[in-house]
Amino acid sequence: MAIDKQLDTLEVMLNMGPQHPATHGVFRMVLSIDGERIVDVEPHIGYLHRGSEKLCEHEQYSQIITLFDRLDYIANFNNELVVCMAAEKLMGTEVPERAQYIRTILCELNRIASHMLFYGTFALDAGAMTPSMYAFRERERIQQIFEATSGARMMHNYFRIGGVKQDVPEDFSQRVAASLGPIKETIEEADNLVTFNEIFLARSRDVGTIDGKTAVALGLTGPNLRASGVDYDVRRVQPYLVYDRLDFNVPLGDRGDCWDRFWLRIREMDESVKIVEQCLAQMETGPIMAPMRRISRPPKGEVYVHAENPRGDLGVYLVSNGGDRPYRLKIRPPSFCNLMSLKHMMRDAYVADAIMVLGSIDIVLGEVDR
Amino acid sequence: MLASLKGMWVTLANAFKKPVTAQYPKEHLPVQTRYMGFPVLTWDYDVQEPFCTGCMVCVRNCPTSCMSAQMMDNPLFKDGKSKRRKIIESFEINFGRCILCGICVDVCNFDAIEMSHQHELSVVVRNGNRADLPRLLEMGKAYQAEVEWTPKTKEEAKQEATA
Repeated sequence: MAIDKQLDTLEVMLNMGPQHPATHGVFRMVLSIDGERIVDVEPHIGYLHRGSEKLCEHEQYSQIITLFDRLDYIANFNNELVVCMAAEKLMGTEVPERAQYIRTILCELNRIASHMLFYGTFALDAGAMTPSMYAFRERERIQQIFEATSGARMMHNYFRIGGVKQDVPEDFSQRVAASLGPIKETIEEADNLVTFNEIFLARSRDVGTIDGKTAVALGLTGPNLRASGVDYDVRRVQPYLVYDRLDFNVPLGDRGDCWDRFWLRIREMDESVKIVEQCLAQMETGPIMAPMRRISRPPKGEVYVHAENPRGDLGVYLVSNGGDRPYRLKIRPPSFCNLMSLKHMMRDAYVADAIMVLGSIDIVLGEVDR
Repeated sequence: MLASLKGMWVTLANAFKKPVTAQYPKEHLPVQTRYMGFPVLTWDYDVQEPFCTGCMVCVRNCPTSCMSAQMMDNPLFKDGKSKRRKIIESFEINFGRCILCGICVDVCNFDAIEMSHQHELSVVVRNGNRADLPRLLEMGKAYQAEVEWTPKTKEEAKQEATA
């Protein structure tokens, strides 16, 4: 019997993760590949699901802050800030000036720390070992400031509804100012070592491209969106804390490829350094906590608050029924929404670029699965 | 080409920098003053008893319910040696559950619980991380000696007196 049917080619399914070091956590991708070309990608999430939203309904407001520390565990202060702002907005609390400046400084330092980690890990994804060492070294400086201020390197629990836990140490300003110099040097080093390196350029230019219109349609936020040339930064569009008094630029990319996303974060570190410098100059002594009752009971109502995190636009939708625990707390994590673009970015990329594309989105799985 | 040389220069310059790595088990970096290690119970040297009265406020406010406490009548109060009517009978913190958030210290009205600098508590026995009252007080005494601890309420009174 002759076979008259022609043989078809099949796409090969390739499983990546969940225990893959380059997926930045427990994240699984199932790639459909045609030779070396990615045809489709199916992300699988939920390995780190802890039910944070539900847990929030059973915790007092002061305890919820500890849960938010553990969402995006690389930018803890930025997370704490959003839940505090949500409760404050609902209660109509006016946060003292000094507390606002402390919060801004810590959030921007955390942004630098987060982007510094991105610089290291993304270079590692591209195959360069050295930058990750330098990045971690610089991040350590910031972590030590955090430890001196809040008592913890990562899970700070330092912001309170209505202010901050305690005043910053006496030598805080000097320490921050002293660490900004080496940070600036490292940013310059990053440019020399990675950003404009031709090997890195060849590896990341025009890889995982996404245009502005699609990026908006997919709900991308943060550096990923701005890399596609869309000028949207919550610090600018809806200024919170003291950002309306500060002078900073919002860097924009043009092509929306991996290199743009990398370059943009490096430039954002420059801006954050500028913001911290301005805050240190403007900060005055004063109270650090608004007069609050011991147990916060926001009035009945609902509120949506969002802020610019290192990874994008973190939103919290808080519904209160007047009790000491929220009735419902919905988290809009930037990493989760940014992950939506994975399929779009990876289509027609090569298998070797899959890690690059995933790395350039800069996800934190604690936030994706929450 | 030039960019590659620039990169090489960065690596070369860094090769002559002093290493910042501490070889951890052999070498310990000092922790900051405010460092929050595991919570411990403090000892009142004036009366020779714990500060803790077992009021349960920390137990109720703990986000992970990692501790339990039991209060009793203070024998020293009957003798007139102490001002505390009630005193702690038993206290247990499960360090395996503790998330080092410091909420217990925040809510305590008696300066009875403090975040120590102790953070290396790996054990090889099951439930070895459940600290009972004597162990917590022992750790507390060590912490008090380390940082020359004074009760916060006393400190505040002192500050008010000077101000």
